[in-house]
Amino acid sequence: MNSVSTPSKLYSGNFTYISSSPFLYFLPPLMGLLILWQSDDVSLIVVLLDVNPFFWASSAASVGDSTSPHHPTAILSFSKLLNHVIPFLNSLLLLNQLNQVVLVATGVNSCSYIYDSGDSEGESAGSVPAVCSEILRRLEEFVDKDRLLGKGPDKVVAAGVSSLLSGSLSLALCYIQRVFRSKARHPQPRILCLQSSPDGPEQYVAVMNSIFSAQRSMVPIDSCVMGVQHSAFLQQASYITGGVYLKPQHLDGLFQYLSAVFATDLQSRSFLQLPKPAGVDFRASCFCHKKTIDMGYVCSVCLSIFCKHHKKCSTCGSEFSQAPSDPNATPDRKRKTSEV
Amino acid sequence: EEEEEDDGMEAWERAYADERSWENLQEDESGLLRPIDTKTLVHAQYRRRLLAASRIQKGLIRYLYLVIDLSRAASETDYRPSRMVAVAKCAEAFIREFFDQNPLSHVGLVTIKDGISHRLTEIGGSPESQIKALMGKLECSGDASLQNALELIHGYLSQIPSYGHREVLILYSALNTCDPGDIMETIKKCKKAKIRCSVIGLSAEIFICKHVCEETGGSYTVALDESHFKELLLEHAPPPPAIAEYAAANLIKMGFPQRGAEGVIAICSCHKDVKIGGGYTCPRCKARVCELPTECRICGLTLVSSPHLARSYHHLFPVTPFNEVSSVFKLSQKLAQTCFGCQQSLVSIGTKFAPHVSCPKCNQRFCLDCDIYIHESLHNCPGCESQR
Repeated sequence: MNSVSTPSKLYSGNFTYISSSPFLYFLPPLMGLLILWQSDDVSLIVVLLDVNPFFWASSAASVGDSTSPHHPTAILSFSKLLNHVIPFLNSLLLLNQLNQVVLVATGVNSCSYIYDSGDSEGESAGSVPAVCSEILRRLEEFVDKDRLLGKGPDKVVAAGVSSLLSGSLSLALCYIQRVFRSKARHPQPRILCLQSSPDGPEQYVAVMNSIFSAQRSMVPIDSCVMGVQHSAFLQQASYITGGVYLKPQHLDGLFQYLSAVFATDLQSRSFLQLPKPAGVDFRASCFCHKKTIDMGYVCSVCLSIFCKHHKKCSTCGSEFSQAPSDPNATPDRKRKTSEV
Repeated sequence: EEEEEDDGMEAWERAYADERSWENLQEDESGLLRPIDTKTLVHAQYRRRLLAASRIQKGLIRYLYLVIDLSRAASETDYRPSRMVAVAKCAEAFIREFFDQNPLSHVGLVTIKDGISHRLTEIGGSPESQIKALMGKLECSGDASLQNALELIHGYLSQIPSYGHREVLILYSALNTCDPGDIMETIKKCKKAKIRCSVIGLSAEIFICKHVCEETGGSYTVALDESHFKELLLEHAPPPPAIAEYAAANLIKMGFPQRGAEGVIAICSCHKDVKIGGGYTCPRCKARVCELPTECRICGLTLVSSPHLARSYHHLFPVTPFNEVSSVFKLSQKLAQTCFGCQQSLVSIGTKFAPHVSCPKCNQRFCLDCDIYIHESLHNCPGCESQR
């Protein structure tokens, strides 16, 4: 039925043309257009939700205090956050019948899949209240398990601790690879990070590996930062992969930010004015003092960055043979006269 | 109707001429034909590759000259449409992959034609200029001369800094080499200059190519068909094992420029043109450059951004190879039944587990496809990253 009704929408009116022979020549490209139409705006969104109990507990405590409602960075409690996020996930499913949403929780000691809308076995096939209750139930199970993993003599409990962003990014990318392998016509995947914890510098290499892998598979990483400060990792991720980075100013309007900025599929984004990156800092930090530097020295063996000239590389142990290279000497190499 | 007939051949004819459908069949124990199980084959191939490359130091800053043979032999049509065109296409893919995996390295192009070798492009760090020159005009004639190519490259590679690894990759179609002098002398010279020569042959194995590669520590492979050639060529993209004496360890001074704000007007030093917005400012001489990584044209400082360096970190921190799990174990409630990475079910027919792997560090189980993806592209084990 669909194939008959669509041509009539494109050519408003005359059904009589369908039976005439010239129209039949237009039918194959129209079918092609229809198929293209259908798969262009079908999305698979993998949402990585930061479930860092240290952050959310501290914000709940501060919300109870006399925080002014006009404070530009009013902090949300976790239950209020879910009031924004779960309707957003449902709205993504409503945008297109074939859309698929996968929710991955980023904890402090573990990461895990919470919900997959393409999973037809569960009781929550389609109906909105069933989806909500399943997500809430499984999130609760996850938080309990995560908390138990954190208990132990060798585990350190700290307030500014980061969540395992690299773990959930890796899980999301593995899932997206599976989708690429499965069907010939698959939805366009993207990743949405709802992050609140600060960046953990120990995850730098792993996060960068995930970003480059996402760039190669052409999967944009969108980020919505709900924490106190900007996240350099996610700024770089969104810039390199072509996603959108946003730090909302008024968190109690989070649902509006999410649905206005992050709900559109990749095809339609070219028609929208989305927030542009305001200046991504690509400078490196030196391995010795961890401060960002403009100019530094790089070991040719292991590519570690130092701010001052050293005799020996602290990472790989290579001894450096030459004296610090004279900045005036290098331009000689560039002046290539007719040596051929 | 027009789409079905291509090159004057019907689709069924193409299946025999181009696609060689008989190669996808294999005999099983009882002599019946069945299609090749590509999945386990690919996985076995990948495991051989993985275990061969254990954790050794790699040369990360490479100066590679790619030599394209444009002699008479390159006009043979055993590769569609001709060897020269197939080689050029694969070389383009190789150059892109090379810069993706080695952002701080440089590539130059050399051609061999009529017995003379000619430098097509200077050694540089930008893939676009190399590819443009490569696709320029491709014509082949005359003989191939291995010695002339090596002599030319030896001259150029002696000018590069001492911390760089010098490499030559020759894509050789001819079956002989017509040299003006003693090629053994040239090979000795290259060995002394620490140049690592590798050859990929398109026709047959030639003694002199094998000798060059053995002497200089490179690798010699001969391609069986187009897809095999592409595979062999792309194997040269990741950094090769570094021979420690070949490159001195040095501290290279590099700049990390900031990206300019939108709307800033400046004259860029690469195009000598006014540009609005974007671009990067060299921290030493404040000249504007359009893209990274590059060398500042005014002061010669190497300009990179931290993601470029980060691209090579996975060579230094590789993922440990996963262990194969025997599929003999029966289904047990304690063991996970889905792949940890992609949630695909690991249970095949009935109660047995399909072949899968597990990480020795975090003991999570992964399917074969995730195993290949993790080790070849992602370079992170999701299980190890999901725990503290």
